[in-house]
Amino acid sequence: MLIDIQEANAKALAAIQAAQPIIKGIDTAINVVPGMKKNLILHAGPPITWAKMSGPLKGAVIGGLIYEGLAANPAEAEKLAASSQIEYSPWHEHDGVGPMAGVATASMPVWIVENKTNGRKTFCTLNEGLGKVLRYGAFSDEVITRLKWMEKTLAPVLKAAIPLAAEINLKNMIAQALQMGDEVHNRNKAATSMLIRELAAAITKTSFSQEEKARVLEFMHSNDHFFLNLSMPAAKVMLQAAEWIEGSTIVTTMCRNGTEFGIRVAGLKDRWFTGPAQIVQGLLFPGFEEKDCNPDIGDSAITETCGLGGFSMAAAPAIVKFVGGTVSDAMNFTRKMYEITDGESQSFQIPAMDFRGSPTGINLLKVCEKNILPQINTGIAHKDAGVGQVGAGLVNPPMKCFEDALEAYVEKYCQN
Amino acid sequence: MVVCHLIRKQTYFDSVTLMLIGSQVKKLDGIENAVVGMCTDYNIDSLKRLNMYQPEFDGLTPNDLIICIMGKDKATAESGIAEVEKRLKSRKQASGASAELPPATQEEAARRLPEANVVLISVPGEYAAREAAQALNNGRHVMLFSDNVSIEEELELKTLGVSKELLVMGPDCGTAIINGTPLAFANAVRSGDIGLVAASGTGLQEVTSTIHRLGCGISQAIGVGGRDLSEKIGGRMTIMATRALAADPATRVIVMISKPPAEKVLKPLFAEFKNIGKPVVVYFIGADPKMIEEQGFVAARNLEDAAIQACRLSNKKQHNPEMADSEIKKLADKVKLPAASLRGLYSGGTLCDEAQRLLQPVIGEIFSNTPVKGCKEMPDVYKSSGHCIIDLGDDNFTRGKAHPMIDPDYRSERLVQEFADPSVGIICFDVVLGYGSHPDMAGEMVGAIERGRKKSGRNPVLAACICGTEEDPQGWQQQKARLAEAGVSVFPTNVAMVKFVQHCLERK
Amino acid sequence: MSKLVSFFGQKVKVINLGIPSFAEDLKKQGVEVMHTEWRPPAGGNKKIQALLAKVEAWQSKVKAGKGAR
Repeated sequence: MLIDIQEANAKALAAIQAAQPIIKGIDTAINVVPGMKKNLILHAGPPITWAKMSGPLKGAVIGGLIYEGLAANPAEAEKLAASSQIEYSPWHEHDGVGPMAGVATASMPVWIVENKTNGRKTFCTLNEGLGKVLRYGAFSDEVITRLKWMEKTLAPVLKAAIPLAAEINLKNMIAQALQMGDEVHNRNKAATSMLIRELAAAITKTSFSQEEKARVLEFMHSNDHFFLNLSMPAAKVMLQAAEWIEGSTIVTTMCRNGTEFGIRVAGLKDRWFTGPAQIVQGLLFPGFEEKDCNPDIGDSAITETCGLGGFSMAAAPAIVKFVGGTVSDAMNFTRKMYEITDGESQSFQIPAMDFRGSPTGINLLKVCEKNILPQINTGIAHKDAGVGQVGAGLVNPPMKCFEDALEAYVEKYCQN
Repeated sequence: MVVCHLIRKQTYFDSVTLMLIGSQVKKLDGIENAVVGMCTDYNIDSLKRLNMYQPEFDGLTPNDLIICIMGKDKATAESGIAEVEKRLKSRKQASGASAELPPATQEEAARRLPEANVVLISVPGEYAAREAAQALNNGRHVMLFSDNVSIEEELELKTLGVSKELLVMGPDCGTAIINGTPLAFANAVRSGDIGLVAASGTGLQEVTSTIHRLGCGISQAIGVGGRDLSEKIGGRMTIMATRALAADPATRVIVMISKPPAEKVLKPLFAEFKNIGKPVVVYFIGADPKMIEEQGFVAARNLEDAAIQACRLSNKKQHNPEMADSEIKKLADKVKLPAASLRGLYSGGTLCDEAQRLLQPVIGEIFSNTPVKGCKEMPDVYKSSGHCIIDLGDDNFTRGKAHPMIDPDYRSERLVQEFADPSVGIICFDVVLGYGSHPDMAGEMVGAIERGRKKSGRNPVLAACICGTEEDPQGWQQQKARLAEAGVSVFPTNVAMVKFVQHCLERK
Repeated sequence: MSKLVSFFGQKVKVINLGIPSFAEDLKKQGVEVMHTEWRPPAGGNKKIQALLAKVEAWQSKVKAGKGAR
């Protein structure tokens, strides 16, 4: 095979840079998510079996089965979850992403994000809010009730409002948010505010009751991270444009399921490279200790994969308070990421770095050569299902993922 | 004794920095031993040998830093660790003061300084060739300070370099002065029309410094590494450098310094020299000068002579050694040796060889750890007996320690040891100044001398040569004054010092 | 030798890989130098270094093949 890696990567980067993610709409998962089935549970991270799942993911599965009406109570749900009747598949293999446990079932409403440049779509559930929620493994009545409300009220109201508002270009919104102190992984406040602003008038124009519209607005307002479930599929649809360019060493997926960390590389179609999910180092909320923490979990690392989140820490220096760092540390984390990326974002510019574009296009070869791992900042889940977030901090993928990917790459391309 | 340790994973420092810090901390009160290094096989062996290995070190990689201190008690050992950390931190801050993180690769460095035209490489040998090849492929000259580069790699690099008219100075090249810029261990020498090509670092330092002190100057001082004139490498770099100096309008005299080339290389080399069209001074260390003169070139008899001959050809004036033989003899006549044996403690290998060569015919049996023809192997390199002329830069003495031109510790210790030997009548040593060298070697040696005198109550005769110039950071005169104050007879060249030593020994 | 001879007239600008004091000394003399905090590639991991070398070798072949065209 005669492939010039620089050319292949340039092609991949160009495709990523050219992507224009917009909010296309909302629909039920079974209607729009490729391969969705009644007995299929989508989850965050690389493939995993029930037996290997950590606390929060198991809890979320139980909650999902109850919500979907496949089990009447937690005990039944657990039995069903362990049986062969339920199938599990990574969100990433169905053109989507999910934060934390990332569990999605057939009846859940999902955002539809479209890349106007190539017409492809990605999906993500709507963000439930903070505290005891499904994505942290909670499955109480309160959780199910909320999920039902989201299905029956939140989603329909937003679905109706979207066509009544101007088209929302998520790339532009994220670019603006980056200049307002967000990095759209752990800091989403500005982006969430902008989203509500774009949709508010349209929401009032829909034909739902005053009370329903008010509740929808209050719901979004009460959750700073509402936008995360849009920044993630936006990042995914951008990176998807580079899949699966022959010979390219650009990393298109980084994700975790609470047990394993998984990556995928543009030139290695459909292949997962996994290693143990790491323990996040950071600040724990009062009363919690390291032994309470679940290993790294969630598809939200897709933001870092696309140059946002931890890669754009210089745009959101407050993040480093979680690790007792300084503003200068935040800048240095971003700077370090330029060493392992092939380009700089033409859209996502960081004011504190003189509007330099964020580090974009993680190059597998550079990660291995320089022994520098991508930097992720993320929330920490309690290892027991349903307790919720116990802190936030910094984490890296295990080097094993990149080493295995490099080995596979050499086997595929360099044997002659 | 208590051993405490600290592991810093994925934290890399170069070995010289670490060894220096270890060496400094070891001197603190109550500290018996300090090992500060990356977790390489070599350091693991050292730790085990010193009974300092900890089970926590299992599974560490060469990218993990180990700080291991043996102290008289726990508090002392822990304070040793804190001291190491403090010094490492200040090292990091010194380089990290600017807004940007320093580059971690040659590629990134080149991106930030695209006009760079020389890459100075002192990374571990196993990685050096790759970096050198990258530099050459990017059109940059290479100074390869690193050793432990294979001869096959050297051949590949020099073939590549010659094909692109790029210099490959090394491997194991410690000295070069290119376009007026001293690189690695080199002296501040004025500009002039003498161009030098050398396969010896300290040899080049000695000759260039002497040229400066004699009032002349240099155009280029090109190091080619010790193996360039071997049969396998065939003198590739020497020949390219010589051709360039021949064509260089700023160069009017050429000086060649090296060990005698391999037989097969000699003929083509002489043919090259004949084509130069400019006067050539050749010093093949230890070779018969007649062999060179027969070819029509000026043969130097020693390093000092190489400089004198070059200056004579440069400004057409007669030059004499800075110290006349009669002056040296007069000084020798004034001193009385308390005992019969000589100890020469050298940091420069070429100077050590030169001393042996000059004294071998005249003072009887000479031992060395790096004996030249006619001299004998020391039975125990750590304990001198009889006349010993020792190269302290040799591998035996630099395991886990920086070179004696940077780290004076072992030579100071050895000086004190020689003082205590009642058979020792005279001790001589070289002080090499210039960039890269210790900021005050004279001061260090004086300290050792005072300790030696105090501890032993003895007073052997002391002689030193200072290889350097007044423009060097250390200042030639200042270094001389420091030594002279302590009762050391100071000489401008190794040759002069060795003449003094010879006279002293002959007098006894 | 004209290329090398013309280099003799230029200001030396250095990339330093390894011992920091070499770069510090050059800075003291006012020479432009870019010091690199060099680390062994792939964190010293020999297996990864070998894999990367294979990729590099492959790419050299690919680029050479293109040049020939």
